[in-house]
Amino acid sequence: MSTATAQKRGLGAAIWDYLTTVDHKKIAHLYLVAGGLFFLIGGLEAMLIRIQLMKPDNNFISAGLYNEMITMHGTTMIFLAAMPLIFALMNAVVPLQIGARDVAFPFLNSLGFWLFLFGGLMLNVSWFTGGAPDAGWTNYAPLSTSSPGHGVDYYVMGLQISGAGTLIGGINFLVTIVNMRAPGMTYMRMPLFTWSTFVTSTLILFAFPALTVGLFLMMFDRMFGSAFFDVGLGGNVIIWEHLFWIFGHPEVYILILPLFGAFSDIFSNFSKKRLFGYSAMVFATVLIGFLGFMVWAHHMFTVGMGPIANSIFAVATMAIAVPTGIKIFNWLFTMWGGQIKMTAAMLWSIAFIPSFTIGGMTGVMLAAAAADYQYHDTYFVVGHFHYVIVGGVVFGLFAALHYWWPKMFGKVLNEKLGKLAFWPFFIGFHLTFFIQHFLGLMGMPRRYWVFLEGQGLDAGNLISTIGAFLMAIGTVIFLINVVYTSVKEKKVSGDPWNGRTLEWSIPSPPPHYNFVQTPLVRGLDPLWVEKMDGKEGMTPAEPLGDIHMPNASILPFTISLGLFIAGFGFIYQVDDTVWLIAVFAGMGITLGSMLIRSLKDDLGHHIHKEELEEDIKKGVGR
Amino acid sequence: MSHEDVLNPKHMPHDPEKATLEGKNKFLGFWFFLGGETVLFASLFGTYLALNGSTQGENTPEHLFGLELVFIMTMLLLTSSLTSVYAMYHMKNHNFGKMQTWLAITVFLGLAFLGCEIYEFYHYIHEYGFTFRSSAFGSAFYTLVGFHGGHVLFGLSWITALLLRNRKRGLNLYNAPKYYIASLYWHFIDVVWVFIFTVVYLMGKVG
Repeated sequence: MSTATAQKRGLGAAIWDYLTTVDHKKIAHLYLVAGGLFFLIGGLEAMLIRIQLMKPDNNFISAGLYNEMITMHGTTMIFLAAMPLIFALMNAVVPLQIGARDVAFPFLNSLGFWLFLFGGLMLNVSWFTGGAPDAGWTNYAPLSTSSPGHGVDYYVMGLQISGAGTLIGGINFLVTIVNMRAPGMTYMRMPLFTWSTFVTSTLILFAFPALTVGLFLMMFDRMFGSAFFDVGLGGNVIIWEHLFWIFGHPEVYILILPLFGAFSDIFSNFSKKRLFGYSAMVFATVLIGFLGFMVWAHHMFTVGMGPIANSIFAVATMAIAVPTGIKIFNWLFTMWGGQIKMTAAMLWSIAFIPSFTIGGMTGVMLAAAAADYQYHDTYFVVGHFHYVIVGGVVFGLFAALHYWWPKMFGKVLNEKLGKLAFWPFFIGFHLTFFIQHFLGLMGMPRRYWVFLEGQGLDAGNLISTIGAFLMAIGTVIFLINVVYTSVKEKKVSGDPWNGRTLEWSIPSPPPHYNFVQTPLVRGLDPLWVEKMDGKEGMTPAEPLGDIHMPNASILPFTISLGLFIAGFGFIYQVDDTVWLIAVFAGMGITLGSMLIRSLKDDLGHHIHKEELEEDIKKGVGR
Repeated sequence: MSHEDVLNPKHMPHDPEKATLEGKNKFLGFWFFLGGETVLFASLFGTYLALNGSTQGENTPEHLFGLELVFIMTMLLLTSSLTSVYAMYHMKNHNFGKMQTWLAITVFLGLAFLGCEIYEFYHYIHEYGFTFRSSAFGSAFYTLVGFHGGHVLFGLSWITALLLRNRKRGLNLYNAPKYYIASLYWHFIDVVWVFIFTVVYLMGKVG
């Protein structure tokens, strides 16, 4: 059902439409809203942390609450903000970029979203039920296994549920990109955003199961009395660290690679040039993905793995700087001699290059195992990873949202407000995190609730807090821009940026079948190829005919809801076995929904040729 | 392809599981899923190897395991993998009846395997007092072998559901991919067991 008909049937129908949708474009909206909300929550937590550290010996929040803040800030930003926002972009763009009408598994796509959302809700419910997780986002044992209360249990169940959703999303995009490409869209003609989505999905597929196992072991230890991390019974706490980082290091590439792809598309578009060194860019993306699995133990240099293991992981880590450097230079050469248009998207992208390069450089410093003994668990590390995650991922999200906003919503985000949001955020970002490197080098440890007066840490922390406020102001201006644009700005055509890739060849927002006729791809930057041949739009690869589309379904919602209920059961059965009812009821809902899905035929539906001709007459289809 | 062509194809292709786009997607997607499952079990094996000496001085692997029962279990599961291959062979020849029969035999063998495993666990708990909670080795053993057992149970339920759902309508292009990926899953479970047999039982007895 198209959005227009849903709106006519009122709000209730619109909500039902979103609950049951399997349309990748609507799922992108859901990811965007949910991820955006969690981003604000995570940002609020960051502000509280910075206010607490504004001056020495502050007691704005208590030590326990501070531990909950740092844990939830990290967990929320990584799992509930950055990843879903990336999935929003992937859903909105990837099928369009490869000329597909939907993803390979529309039902699973929806399931992935609802699992993520219920997992995220589960984590945040902990604030109201006696305390959030407080063992850091890395949740190291035995700190986590001995943490009192149920906070860490929420961490375990929430991440388990949302992690399953991410894994499903990864498989979906892999198969979509392999099987659903339009005729002529060979691998080496795919836009870089699609390529990076492909590599990212591979990383998700091979990284997340390690977290799944780690979380299961943690769950068994905390809820069912097993002894994996109980040294008294022969357990070994280092197992958690290994499993966590076997997942956790690829995870940081899962976060950054899609935005590398987005930057590539943005630089190429606004420089009016094809991407410099396309094949080198693809190669570098794949190489980063591969090396990303070889370096996890650089998070554990101080654990005592011995000099040989430390050296191997140090060298492997430094090696990643090479493909990343290739990328940085290719972006610069893409702009070199191009007709650069300084849009807001471009502003964020250009600001990314020096910011991320600083983060990469401190990364190589940290990779030197011997020196890492000095940096480990200090603010130097905090400065480093915020430079890559904010300077890379968050800048990338803002750039990509500005770039693809018209494709998702049919309106260009106001450029003036866009640039107005950029400057305080950019300045604030460097103010907040640059100084943290020096705080770290002066010996300020991370995760400490207070610092003492007269140790040379006062000014640095105050500057850092001021920067955080500037970032908050930038974010608020961006939100104002979203509201302003939806109220005041006019609808634009399907191709407001004079685009190069397939998504710009169709209307904005696209009809729910995306392409009336599957396009024929004749080269890299397929739309640009047609434009240079003096054609309007793509050449169709097939005659106008019936289109097969998937059916909407409520089952993804109920499957996820069941796990949500069961999660509470697992957490509280430790206190009272009555809660086992919730386990059985929840699992019953989940498994029952899966059984219905298995037994009931769902063949999808057809959109008939006549309806398409109507759409074309109304101007929807082109 | 219309719904009629999918549900009642006039002509069955040689590879009915990959004749539709949905079938091709399922086929590829399931291989990817098994890639993820491989990492899952690799992590469990890693954990087991790290903890299999942490027996707290009692109930060591040599002391506990009996290779006779494990040999029978291995034979049951390997044979069930073979019978599922027969079923897929008959699917490719469009012989629905024989496919169902061989899958039913697969389920039967799988159930026998599961019965043995439940007996084995029961035996360890009641004869030796060796539980999930007695040592880190106990936790690692029951988790690794139990995850595999859980996979067997899920696979059995899945294949049974397929057998019952389709018993009256025969093979078509809609259910062929479902049968095919269920059999892929079953093979995967079998392969994992080969590793459990080697790493847990053989190495535990002789290693």
